Amino acid sequence: MTAIVVYGLQEALRRRIFAVVVLLTAVFLFLFWLGTHYLFADLESLGPPPTNAIDTRTLAGATVLGLGMFATLFLGAVLAVFLTIGVVRGDAERGLLQPLVVRPVGRTTLLLSRFLGSVAVCVPYTVIVFFGAVLIVGGNGGYWPDRYALPAVELAAAVVVIAAIGILGSVFLSSTANGIAVFMFFGSGLVAGLLGQIGRGLNSERIERIAKVASWLAPFEALYQDALHAITQNTVGFTRIALELGPFGGAEQGGLQLRVWTAAYLGVVGAGALVAFVRRDL
Amino acid sequence: MAAALAVRGLGKRYGRVEALRGVDLEVGEGELVGLLGPNGAGKSTLVKIACGLVRPTAGEATVCGAPAGSAAARAALGYLAELFRFPGWYTADEVLALHQRLGRSDRGAAERRELLDLVGLADAADRRVEAMSKGMSQRLGIAQALVGRPRLLLLDEPTSALDPVGRRTVRVLLEELKARGVAVLLNSHLLSEVELVCDRVAILLDGALVAGGVTEELARPRGVEVDVDGGMRRYEHAGRADVPGIVARLIRDGEQVYGVRVLRSTLEEVYLDAVGGATE
Repeated sequence: MTAIVVYGLQEALRRRIFAVVVLLTAVFLFLFWLGTHYLFADLESLGPPPTNAIDTRTLAGATVLGLGMFATLFLGAVLAVFLTIGVVRGDAERGLLQPLVVRPVGRTTLLLSRFLGSVAVCVPYTVIVFFGAVLIVGGNGGYWPDRYALPAVELAAAVVVIAAIGILGSVFLSSTANGIAVFMFFGSGLVAGLLGQIGRGLNSERIERIAKVASWLAPFEALYQDALHAITQNTVGFTRIALELGPFGGAEQGGLQLRVWTAAYLGVVGAGALVAFVRRDL
Repeated sequence: MAAALAVRGLGKRYGRVEALRGVDLEVGEGELVGLLGPNGAGKSTLVKIACGLVRPTAGEATVCGAPAGSAAARAALGYLAELFRFPGWYTADEVLALHQRLGRSDRGAAERRELLDLVGLADAADRRVEAMSKGMSQRLGIAQALVGRPRLLLLDEPTSALDPVGRRTVRVLLEELKARGVAVLLNSHLLSEVELVCDRVAILLDGALVAGGVTEELARPRGVEVDVDGGMRRYEHAGRADVPGIVARLIRDGEQVYGVRVLRSTLEEVYLDAVGGATE
């Protein structure tokens, strides 16, 4: 198993995927730092708020960190998709897979190893970018989220879910088709989150329910919402209301139920991928 | 001892297409068998079933007594696919090292050196696959198939990308493997090559075995040619046993005999008879 995990890691490193990702992430973090710096500078120039009802620093900090978390999820998802889209059918079509499958490794071990290889890249990446965003917001504006570990873990879990979906899709679809399919699914999940926010704005329970079901069917979105909720979970009063009206007010607590559901979801997606791969002619 | 490869009543259906129809074939230990047939005859499907890449819809295949596709069967074989590729970012040595780990070979760097030397890539151990010619990749593929000293080697068009010198290297290699007792199933379109190295051939057509046997036995006599003063004389129905009598008669008649050639049908003629000119 280790040999295949290392093979996957080497693929990421030597195909310069890592170099490109590191470079683009550095560009993103620089721009994020720049934006955050000017945001808090402008906040200082406005002077103290007219009333003490709204904590503008928390409002600005949580909102901009929410933006950073959205970007973290997006970048992690891009990485996960590109590391998994061609694992089975794509590699088989290029003739890369057959020499490996013929070895006495076992298809289950092979697929699991490729999954773990991509997770080993995506999870540290997501956690590092998240904490990078936290440090930038904290350093520039003195805003620190209410929770650190939980949102980091949930963002990483969201990326793991996308990697699992990418692997499952790779058993059935060619690389390009799978990439398009996973990104469309990812986009649908994000739209579900926005829909929920619109539902809350319009006070439409039906839209909210549809959005909730959709975001649980794409649990990376529900995990992202739970992570958003965690960074401001102790914020109360008018600041809380103001946050919920903002662009990242879609935050919704998923709780233990969501974590159990995510584990079950990963199990079903993983089992589906394994069964289909074991039965597949190459 | 179980045959290196035993295939009984093997069938494979892809939707409405029947790729294999009840094929029986055996490759003994240390035997070199050529698998022939036009494109689409089912040769690659048969090889892929033996490797465990494709599941049969009927019949059974065993490798060294173990069901094809099982870990024991895969541990006993080496495989070179018709269309294969190694990661371009790996060097030749790293490709072999990866396959050593996957094939649980503990022979380390010595085995890698030996295999690269065997296929004429001793100087390219540190060269990246992406910097190799097609012929070099093909030879690396053969070296990869030999990792872990397999008892059965399944080669699907191993010389398709090779120049004449590369083909000769592979021929010599196959003879060396035969001497070591490695069984080989060679799927090739190059009849002359199969004729030169294989003990037996099996000819597939439309998924069924239509001819097979020892290469020399498949060939039928086509007469005797004698080089005399007036040119070539041909004795259509004569065979090897008739040569002394023919020569004696010619000398008695005052002819000068410069050479005699016993004519037999080539594998190509046997093949064309079997497949009836079919292609695709």
